Amino acid sequence: MNWLLRSLQSSLGKKFLVAVTGLALLGFVVTHMLGNLQIFLGRDALNAYAAQLKALGGLLWVARAGLLAFFVVHVATAIRISLENRAARPVRYAVDPGIQRTVSARGMLVTGLTVFAFVLYHLAHFTWGWVMTDAHMLTETLADGTTRHDVFSMVVAGFQQPLIALLYVAAMVLLGLHIRHGSWSFVQTLGLNHHKFAPAIRAAAAGLAWLIVLGNISMPLAVLFGAIGLPDGVTV
Amino acid sequence: MNLTLKVWRQDGPNDAGRLETYDAPDVSPDMSFLEMLDVVNERLINEGRTPIEFDHDCREGICGMCSLVINGVPHGPQRATTTCQLHMRSFKDGDTIAIEPWRAKAFPVVKDLVVDRSSFDRIIQAGGYASVNTGGAPDANAMLIGKEDADTAFDAAACIGCGACVAACPNASAMLFVAAKVAHYAHLPQGQPERDRRTVKMVNSMDAEGFGNCRNYYECEAACPKEIPVKFIGNMNRDFIKAVAAGNEG
Ligand code: HEM
Ligand code: FES
Repeated sequence: MNWLLRSLQSSLGKKFLVAVTGLALLGFVVTHMLGNLQIFLGRDALNAYAAQLKALGGLLWVARAGLLAFFVVHVATAIRISLENRAARPVRYAVDPGIQRTVSARGMLVTGLTVFAFVLYHLAHFTWGWVMTDAHMLTETLADGTTRHDVFSMVVAGFQQPLIALLYVAAMVLLGLHIRHGSWSFVQTLGLNHHKFAPAIRAAAAGLAWLIVLGNISMPLAVLFGAIGLPDGVTV
Repeated sequence: MNLTLKVWRQDGPNDAGRLETYDAPDVSPDMSFLEMLDVVNERLINEGRTPIEFDHDCREGICGMCSLVINGVPHGPQRATTTCQLHMRSFKDGDTIAIEPWRAKAFPVVKDLVVDRSSFDRIIQAGGYASVNTGGAPDANAMLIGKEDADTAFDAAACIGCGACVAACPNASAMLFVAAKVAHYAHLPQGQPERDRRTVKMVNSMDAEGFGNCRNYYECEAACPKEIPVKFIGNMNRDFIKAVAAGNEG
């Protein structure tokens, strides 16, 4: 295995790791969004989906562990690469306008680190329930008398706070910038490039980034502007 | 034309260096950029001052010796043009022009605008060749090479090794240079036997020299005086992955 580890430590190998893990995270981001968009289908749909995920039990923990591993490798390798890049140019240019570099490419470390901080906040908010403890405790009683976690009301109560909603919107814009560069850059990094498709791939990446931003911010904005409200009888 | 130059002056590798301001009066728009610097230097010499050191050789855009980051762009504002082929008509009367050396840890400054690019030579020594047996020379044209491959190999071989790609890259990465050399051989039959080994060795040598990693900014492609395309970088990534997957990582 030494040969593999050695190759993954080369400049190309490290980029390979960032690209593969970034791709996995991208898959998660898209699935996560599609699942959450069920908030527009109402309380029952979202809460049933959440209960289904919980019911996966062991499988859910395997998925979480895998996701965590991808995240850690992505972040650690990306930070290492960024430090090496800085060291490769010890003296900066006095004049440095750039020719065709993009804001999204330039900002990868900053947008990545903000997404990292946001993910911690997001987990503290909705998974660990540290931000709004009361809303996190809400349950829904079904017709057969059983109860389940009222994810819908928890999310709506959260996004009814303007500051929290705006924080989510801002974080999604930065994630969108990250994905705008990352989701075409990985094609080149993994050597899947073809010069004839390159412009189409870049356009598709920009489209995907827009979809992810718009899809995700539609939820806090819908709550903030009152299109989605707390169910009757639920107060926080 | 009357110009103001802000030129990087550095007495030696260990000097901190600084930008100094010089007047360049009566510049003809028909002068090349290097001729303009020659005139400034003649005046400096007449005044008993130390002339500005810069690299050059052929002055016809083929040797790769000239350099200079001009207003933040390697080889200056004109695309697909080396500094020696850049003419002063690309500038306007009254312009201020900043002139800096290639900046990279792997290209240490020797003096003023002259940098040591021997890290490129060591990358070539690591694998930028095709080994051949001595003996009778094979017949010319005995080995058939498809037109597409010949053209692509030639596009890659157009690299003059000037280092503008490194200078332009925010990460001082040498990917475009190495990828061009790898692509040059990868498209020719003579390059096949050592293909995997060459790719891995050149990448390892590039890393050891302290160049940065590629983030697909594509600044290199825009700055390259020979318009080497970034597709070669993707192709090298592919070749590297294949070489490692085949266990030929050296
Ligand atoms: C869910 C969140 C994330 C997704 C979907 C994601 C996705 C990606 C993708 C697809 C790439 C492109 C890889 C390539 O160029 O080949 C990338 C690159 C990068 N990511 Fe992320 N990433 C995420 C989170 C993060 C975080 C938290 C950081 C924090 C440091 C980060 C830092 C970077 C950096 C610095 C790069 C550029 C690496 C380079 O090209 O040199 N990313 N990301
Ligand atoms: S001096 Fe030879 S390429 Fe410019």
